Amino acid sequence: MTERPLQPAILDYGAGNLTSVANACAYLGHPARITRDPAAIAAAPRVIFPGQGAAGPAMAHLRAAGLDTALRAALAAGRPVLGICIAHQLIFEHSAENGGTTCLGLLPGTVARFDFPRAPAAGAARLKVPHMGWNAVHPTRAHPLFAGLRAGREAYFVHSYYPEPADEAVVLARSEYGGHEFVSAVARDNLVAVQFHPEKSGQAGLVMLSNFLTWEP
Amino acid sequence: MLSKRLIVCLDVRAGKVTKGVKFAGNVDLGDPVEMAREYAGSGCDELVFYDITASAEDRAIDLAMVEAVGREVFIPYCVGGGLRHVDDMRAALAAGADKVSINSLAVTNPQIIADGAAAFGNQCIVLGMDVLRVEPSAEIPSGYEVVIRGGRQRMGWDAIEWAKRAEGLGAGEIVLNSIDADGTREGYELTLTRAVAEAVGIPVIASGGAGVPQHLIDVLTIGQADAALVASMVHYGDYTCAGLKQALHDAGVKVRMDWAG
Repeated sequence: MTERPLQPAILDYGAGNLTSVANACAYLGHPARITRDPAAIAAAPRVIFPGQGAAGPAMAHLRAAGLDTALRAALAAGRPVLGICIAHQLIFEHSAENGGTTCLGLLPGTVARFDFPRAPAAGAARLKVPHMGWNAVHPTRAHPLFAGLRAGREAYFVHSYYPEPADEAVVLARSEYGGHEFVSAVARDNLVAVQFHPEKSGQAGLVMLSNFLTWEP
Repeated sequence: MLSKRLIVCLDVRAGKVTKGVKFAGNVDLGDPVEMAREYAGSGCDELVFYDITASAEDRAIDLAMVEAVGREVFIPYCVGGGLRHVDDMRAALAAGADKVSINSLAVTNPQIIADGAAAFGNQCIVLGMDVLRVEPSAEIPSGYEVVIRGGRQRMGWDAIEWAKRAEGLGAGEIVLNSIDADGTREGYELTLTRAVAEAVGIPVIASGGAGVPQHLIDVLTIGQADAALVASMVHYGDYTCAGLKQALHDAGVKVRMDWAG
């Protein structure tokens, strides 16, 4: 019998900046292993599913490498899984991105794009897409991820799409952009996911990552 | 609601943050990682590092510095200088940077914007623009001309048109530096900033001329910038990031105030 690895795994599926997530884990005293090995993901004590980029190529990479199956195995085994940014979208059933992309379907719902008129209403500021920068995160219920943080802490976002969960019970936090409220975190059982980048959200983000790295759901 | 951003710019030369001083050459101000940590801990929302001698020395950006920042600083940071092609951008992003900034290279080879955006996403590609005020003409109707190589070479391009073209090519943000205002400490070029902000649908970061907190307030309201970039205001200890954020907040500008704890 092989020994179970102790380090958290960071899922590498060719989607952008994994270095920052690994840096933050190491800084918090929980060095993590960046891996694209499905067996290592399935066996890891906890998994961070990070990423930036587009849904279509991301899903193609995940499937080609067998990482979708590994992720399901980790979840089924009760291991904590944290999805970040594009992963917060890929866990739903379908995304409008790349002309329509079938996603992992771990939670019911779809992913839509911010759609603002290019010319703003009189007196209103023009809304830019992607939604990029610091914005407040308002938890809709208590969760260990937000332990020690007051409601409305700001986090760093970079995204053009957002999920619309079919099951209100999975919603964990909402944020607001241009009068449009969107879901900025979701959770069910041992799965939690956030639209923002905790690894780039200063002290508040480090608290969330630290909470995840010690979470025992 | 999205907050307006306070961005600190650090010019790095031979591993030290530096500042060019007239008639005195360059003065070293400190270690980039230590300074970045201090700024991130006191309310700065984002950092920009320029390797200011890389281009002149025809070498790639100092990746060891880019990596060192990422190990200890957990807010977004952009790097520029010594990015000669898409592979240099890839290396800088893999080293931990969130964004890469290109200026003269984008003017001489605009395709690099499209190539970088296709490879890494628009949000990673920051266009740096140096702009000089000129007499309006048929060629430059706005009266703002694009210059490169630190202002030494005039391009004969209208700055507003270049901003729109760069957006179309895939630039995700613009750092807009006024050559006229830079170093004066008399305020950002508000007319230029507003003209570019109204012309494009991507964030505009105002640069050059900040001397007192009111200048930041003005450029984020009258100038319609999404972010204000500062350097010497905070490098010399005249102001802290926390103090600037408080001044913005007190003036009713929506900024992130909860950086601590």
